[in-house]
Amino acid sequence: MAYSNKVIDHYENPRNVGSMPKEDPNVGTGLVGAPECGDVMKLQVKVNPETGVIDDAKFKTFGCGSAIASSSLATEWLKGRTVDEALAIKNTDIVNELSLPPVKIHCSVLAEDAIKAAINDYKKKQGAGKTVDTHAQPTA
Amino acid sequence: MPMPIKLPIYMDYHATTPVDPRVVQAMLPYFTEHFGNAASRNHPFGWEAEEAVEKARKQVADLIGASPKEIVFTSGATESDNLAIKGVAEMYREKGNHIITCVTEHKAVIDTCKRLEKEGYRVTYLPVQKDGLVDLNDLKAAISDKTILITIMTANNEIGVVQPVAEIGAIAKEKGILFHTDAVQAVGKIPFNVNDLKVDMAAMSAHKMYGPKGVGALYVRRRNPRVLLSPIIDGGGHERGMRSGTLNVPGIVGFGKAAELCRLEMASDTARVTALRERLNRKLHEGLDEIYINGSIEHRLPHNLNISFAYVEGESLLMGINDVAVSSGSACTSASLEPSYVLKALGAGDDLAHSSIRFGLGRWTTEEEVDYVANKLVSVVTRLREMSPLYELAKEGVDLSTMQWEVH
Repeated sequence: MAYSNKVIDHYENPRNVGSMPKEDPNVGTGLVGAPECGDVMKLQVKVNPETGVIDDAKFKTFGCGSAIASSSLATEWLKGRTVDEALAIKNTDIVNELSLPPVKIHCSVLAEDAIKAAINDYKKKQGAGKTVDTHAQPTA
Repeated sequence: MPMPIKLPIYMDYHATTPVDPRVVQAMLPYFTEHFGNAASRNHPFGWEAEEAVEKARKQVADLIGASPKEIVFTSGATESDNLAIKGVAEMYREKGNHIITCVTEHKAVIDTCKRLEKEGYRVTYLPVQKDGLVDLNDLKAAISDKTILITIMTANNEIGVVQPVAEIGAIAKEKGILFHTDAVQAVGKIPFNVNDLKVDMAAMSAHKMYGPKGVGALYVRRRNPRVLLSPIIDGGGHERGMRSGTLNVPGIVGFGKAAELCRLEMASDTARVTALRERLNRKLHEGLDEIYINGSIEHRLPHNLNISFAYVEGESLLMGINDVAVSSGSACTSASLEPSYVLKALGAGDDLAHSSIRFGLGRWTTEEEVDYVANKLVSVVTRLREMSPLYELAKEGVDLSTMQWEVH
């Protein structure tokens, strides 16, 4: 399988690998995927409660190079966005940016799911009550 | 000064092997000056070709303790497996319609059996134990008066485990059932004698033993019992009617030479490659925790190592060692997006199947290469574990097997 240069770059120099404390009320954590499927992503956002802007994002991924690159890219895009802007990130944006081939589209879907799961977790902690559907609809 | 290493390093000798230069030398004249058709009976060009083929037939027969007349040349082991299984199924249809095989067989056997099922045959796919070996009691229990064939591989292409072939042969003989074995990975690597093992048919391939691609053979027993096969290719009646088609003379000559070299050098090759395999295994275990060997260590090909690196996905691991040619059981590396069915059959859990690497060492593997590969793997696995949420959870004491995952 040939990888795009952007996938290789994220694989070799992943951005924002790490973990933030799960208990922090301003941190939302999403854990999606399953080991038996060969992909598990953990994505965390730290939100400034005053502004609703994501100050920091971290990830850890068990998965192929494209899964690592999708989640690494997601953390880059999340920083500086508001929570609502973050929810606007679509898996197709990731597919286009990383030039993922059709067999790797599920990696981008998983990354979109991880974003939604992390933000839902944050909203739940904030008592916002309203959550969004965590299942991305693959559109590519 | 250690020898400089030439990259990329080839450690995928189960997939194929380079042709030994001595084999190439033996083959060359048969492309040009001795180009005859071995079936041309009325001129020297044909006679030379036929003589070369008969010499190779003896070389292959000698490697497995057979008589030359029992060797049928084919295009490779996939064809040999097809010929053995379909040939017996059709020839012995009156006697019964039941075939016994095993879940970890090569696709050339599994898919052939699946096709026969569609044609009304009944096939039992024996499970394997945790170590990858079939349980002989399962085999005995599966046998019925309709069983016409047992087909169990000698050594597995992924995990390298060597089945109890002699015991299976004895059971088959006692019950009067024909026994075929896909011996592709074993012949030339470990002692394999058709009489000691009581096999009636055995599939072999030249390119797995330092010979050329596109040529293989099927051993077909001629005495006690005499095995009869319906051909699957019709034509000029070559190979005693069992396999029509003009013989691939240079390929067959190369196969013969490769077989001879394997027979003469097996002891020294095995000693060398076993030491290298043990060195690789030791270095990986010294550098990493939570790595697991897939399949029996005791009953195993000397040049195979198949290891699961827990918490790290196989394809991402291959990406990190992209100057080393190995294979992975990870779904991401297969066209089907399913993890290795062989590793799944061991019951180790799909996550470990996704994390597996198959190392195949061979005639030209060096100690320097083994050290390079071991060091590189230790550093890549360590790096990937640092970014693995599973490793983090496991280190926090979470039991991953009891966690609720959202399966897509």
